[in-house]
Amino acid sequence: MTAAAAPSAGHTRPILEVRGATKSFGPVMALRSVDLELGEREIVAVLGDNGAGKSTLIKALSGVHRLDAGEIYLDGEQVTLRSPKDARALGIETLYQDLAVFDNLSAVANFFIGQELTRPPQLRRLGFLRERAMAREWQHHRERLKVGIIDSNAAIGLMSGGQRQAVAVMRTVAFASRVVILDEPTAALGLRESRQVIDLVRRLPDAGVSVIVVSHNLEHVMEIADRAIVLRQGRVVGEAAPTPENHERLVALIVGAAHTQAMATSTGREEPRTREVQPPQPSNPKGEED
Amino acid sequence: MSSSVRERLFPMRDPVTESSAAGHLEPAYDESAVRAAWLLRPALFLLRLGPLLVLLALCVALSFASPYFLTERNVTNLGFQTSIVAVLALGQLLVILTRGIDLSVGSVVALAGVTGAMLAGSDWYGSGGAVLAIMILIGGGVGLCNGLVIVKGRVLNPFIVTLGALSIVRGVALLISDAQTLTSIPNLILNAGTSKVGPLPVPTVLVLSLAVLTWLLTARTQWGRWIYAIGGNPEAARRVGIPVDRVLISVYVLSGLSAGIAGMLVAGRTGAGSPIEGAGLELDAITAVVIGGVSFFGGRGNVWNVLVGALIIGVIGNGLNLLDVTPFWRQVAIGALVVISIELDLVRGMIENRLRSIQALQRA
Repeated sequence: MTAAAAPSAGHTRPILEVRGATKSFGPVMALRSVDLELGEREIVAVLGDNGAGKSTLIKALSGVHRLDAGEIYLDGEQVTLRSPKDARALGIETLYQDLAVFDNLSAVANFFIGQELTRPPQLRRLGFLRERAMAREWQHHRERLKVGIIDSNAAIGLMSGGQRQAVAVMRTVAFASRVVILDEPTAALGLRESRQVIDLVRRLPDAGVSVIVVSHNLEHVMEIADRAIVLRQGRVVGEAAPTPENHERLVALIVGAAHTQAMATSTGREEPRTREVQPPQPSNPKGEED
Repeated sequence: MSSSVRERLFPMRDPVTESSAAGHLEPAYDESAVRAAWLLRPALFLLRLGPLLVLLALCVALSFASPYFLTERNVTNLGFQTSIVAVLALGQLLVILTRGIDLSVGSVVALAGVTGAMLAGSDWYGSGGAVLAIMILIGGGVGLCNGLVIVKGRVLNPFIVTLGALSIVRGVALLISDAQTLTSIPNLILNAGTSKVGPLPVPTVLVLSLAVLTWLLTARTQWGRWIYAIGGNPEAARRVGIPVDRVLISVYVLSGLSAGIAGMLVAGRTGAGSPIEGAGLELDAITAVVIGGVSFFGGRGNVWNVLVGALIIGVIGNGLNLLDVTPFWRQVAIGALVVISIELDLVRGMIENRLRSIQALQRA
């Protein structure tokens, strides 16, 4: 374990702490004793190649997977996340790539989807939508997160990818009281559209939110994250401040510079058959969808 | 961010190369594309208004072509004729909004009619109200089965499930009636199918009330919002915690109930319960929904689209009748309209895509 896990300056109190997270799918070890600390109002990037364990880690943190071993602490208290609902109740919201928005609904409807304001309470799910109250609250969050003007009533299918993703990020952030996990928030976007989303993510700490961002895109990570940890084959193999100076080092950590074969194939998937004596390679475990 | 990082991230500032470098399907920035936006918006507006324009054009044309079209008798007749398709189409709307389809409704009309007539003719016949309730509940029961098989049986293809139901339900109607048409229909149901409230036929009043209820459900309630959400993005709907399975079951139940009500109207209008009644009505209902402007691909459309669609079908049938054209042309016209409507639905999607790209360019 090379991760020193020392919180960087200004983020003294860890809001989220993971100790010795271990998870296997059958014979495949997806996570091997991973440690992670997230300071208050900090943005930590989790880097790694396909199958490095990024998805498994965030799925464990969002309650989709249960860890085989290891503890998760939130505000210093140990928590057990049995389901996404548990995670949500504890203030951890996750934004998954691609699955974020409803193109046929308005920005406000997207923002509140699944948690609409209704009345009267006796009608429960058949309750009438409180459109005006929802529009007001949406406006409030829009100002808080300084998101530019978005036509709140038009179907967001007519908006640019950046605006749609901004709505998805806003929704995630607004309902997260502690931690936001963003899985490849810019993966489906063009350069220009990524910009809008990156700018929004950078403002999140000001709004009191701590962020874990998973990304393939080192350039984006350098822009937004305070700290980056690198996973490879289910282990934390290093940690560095995502600065241009550390660029080479981060790349080396991600692809595993020591493994020349891995470098050659660049994904580390095709190990030579002669290396059968090696321990199981978690390079492409079941259930991983990077 | 230091300028050196910016250099690395955005080495090329030319927007054309930028969008292609991102591998994103944005058209190259050029003036003509942006100018075209001025044309695209009215085109989109026209497409959305299209069904209403078609209906108005048909009415105007027919009022010139036939002196009888605008007579009170004909308009009343149109109200009777359209109401059955309209009731079915309101149920079908809910299903199609979730990306589904319900092919079983025509057979349900037959089963409800046959069962009602058998009950009314049997020894333990109590009241017309009870018969009516049972007819409608039979529809709901078939809908519940459809919904459960689609959701719990993991047969995630509503087309196949309801196609099976179409055959099964028709078969049951034939079996229990021994393929006979039964004429013992309670007076209550006869009245519902044939009488008028003031100037309006009872079925028309029924359609309008059901339309208002459907509108309240779809446009004003949380459950209705979820119906649209599932049609828009089923995966995401699950992720955000919408009870997708329950919503899906509920729309098939509601569609079944609407088929039961339509069965009651058919029995009342014809004064009989026939096991061969209602064949093809499912297509009329789906057609009404689609030509009214509801997207066949889910998530878009409303009650008013459906009423307009049902009226277009009704007016075409009525007009051809008035003009002494063989009713077979009705089938041809409606079939063609369905195909054209779905084509226009695709065109609408394309225009919206273009507008989105243009907007992205303009905001940059």
